[in-house]
Amino acid sequence: MNVVVCVKQIPDPATPGALDPSTNTLKREGKLILDDSDAYGVEMALQLVTAAGGGEVSLVSMAPNGETSGLRTALAMGAAKAVLVSDPDLKGSDALTTAKALAKAIERVGDADLVIAGTESTDGYTGTVPEQIAELLGRPSITFAKHVEISGTTVKVQRQTELGYDEVECSLPAVISVTAGVVEPRYPSFKGIMAAKSKPVDTVTAADLGVTPAGWAAAGQEIVSVGAAEARAAGEVIEDDGEGFAKIVSFLETLKVV
Amino acid sequence: MALNTIWVYVEQLDGKPTTLSLELLTKARSLGAGSIEAIVGGDASGIASTLGAYGAAKVLATGDLGGKLPGVAVASAMAAAIAGGDVPDLVLFGQTYEARDVAARLSVKIDKTVLTNNNDISVDGDGVSVTTAIFGGNTLVTTKFTAGSPALAMFRPKNFAAEEGGAAAGELVALAVPDLGAAGGATVTATHVEEHTGPKLDEADIVVSGGRGLGEAEKYSMIEELAKLLKGAPGASRAIVDAGWVPYSYQVGQTGKVVKPNVYIAAGISGATQHMVGMKGAKNIIAINKDKEAPIFSVADLGIVGDVHKVLPKLIEALKAR
Repeated sequence: MNVVVCVKQIPDPATPGALDPSTNTLKREGKLILDDSDAYGVEMALQLVTAAGGGEVSLVSMAPNGETSGLRTALAMGAAKAVLVSDPDLKGSDALTTAKALAKAIERVGDADLVIAGTESTDGYTGTVPEQIAELLGRPSITFAKHVEISGTTVKVQRQTELGYDEVECSLPAVISVTAGVVEPRYPSFKGIMAAKSKPVDTVTAADLGVTPAGWAAAGQEIVSVGAAEARAAGEVIEDDGEGFAKIVSFLETLKVV
Repeated sequence: MALNTIWVYVEQLDGKPTTLSLELLTKARSLGAGSIEAIVGGDASGIASTLGAYGAAKVLATGDLGGKLPGVAVASAMAAAIAGGDVPDLVLFGQTYEARDVAARLSVKIDKTVLTNNNDISVDGDGVSVTTAIFGGNTLVTTKFTAGSPALAMFRPKNFAAEEGGAAAGELVALAVPDLGAAGGATVTATHVEEHTGPKLDEADIVVSGGRGLGEAEKYSMIEELAKLLKGAPGASRAIVDAGWVPYSYQVGQTGKVVKPNVYIAAGISGATQHMVGMKGAKNIIAINKDKEAPIFSVADLGIVGDVHKVLPKLIEALKAR
């Protein structure tokens, strides 16, 4: 069984984000790391391939400047190879253009029984790319999977719903998105980190994939204003002296909720 | 020139339109369009009068989907209607599990961008702009659609009031689902409703959330107990959802749910921007955290610098004694 995992390389979420003043798009410069949300998909893929007793896990990603540091993390976990779409003309792409590039990259990998993505990225969190990829590939999809198993050529998923979960299944090949916590991502071993350095990363441009880069100007949208939201005034902060709970009770009383 | 037609994607829960769907219908009424039409993936005969009361002149419904996931089925039906010449200027979706699938599939089918996570919309002539909050809710970005009709936009809950407009029942119109081929293969085989004794997280008047400061998964029971005592809903930071302590459905934040309760209690949560965007809209915020430098205190109306393992048991005890 061959699984392709869509992974995103993002600026470290611990550092504050910023907008590029010329385009008002998110700055994604410098060293990028593997989005935590994608580690679950990589782990899930590795487990499914192991359970199937054969096949491999490949990665597809789109990032500026040929950035691979996040990809190397996923390769160190055990993925075999990667296709990286990197092209200055794709800078500022919307989710739809991103999905088009990734769908072509998945076709370039070829022969994927299952495509796995996170539910949404940590930096842009549009949350539409997995389902857009499924539509572009003409495949069935099950989003928000919190449990996944393969039975023959069928993928069976517990899908998060507002009230609980649904059991949903479809035939392979298919696309799924997995929620955080679906599996526990492994830490790359030292051996894995060393091996990842020599694993193949096929770096391609939009032209290589036959995708017309929409870029920001052609994405069907234009940012017309960026402004500060109304700030919240800070309230009272006190050190707990053993009676902190009483402060909370009296605050709740003034709000008439107890 | 005003907008001609607005479509509002309507979801149902227990045979009723969801609150978010009614919020979107109400907002659509204020945008000055010629006609508002509800799109329903499923049977709509029981809700046409409610949807009419909230502003839908027509209710375009697919009828029972036979266990198919709505995403591809409803998007295909909408795309077929659009290809047939029934082109709305604007389609409004809630930011939900179901609507995300529908909007994403539709965006590919009609090759239009979709803008997500919005909290406001404005219409100027036939121009549509939407606003989203980024960077922990500190920055508002307004984006205009520039690629012609239809504009596809998704909205977070609780940004608009849900108010009836008093009109008659919406006219039921069949929305035909074309043959879906292989893409339509996903089928629901069973539905599980998890026992929730309290209100839903994004509708609750009081939300009590726990984070990494709880130390271990077992301690989350304190959060559940406090939420129950206050007749509220328990929530969680991304950190403990990622750690597998509680399911994704509990997550409050930029990824996850945006909540706007009357009272939000954050226990053992430092206040990463990821979390803040999901709860900063609460009317009153109470934070308990060991680290007095924690960013959560910058938005708290009442901050207790202390150990959640000491403060929460006493608080629970005090509330029980009342």
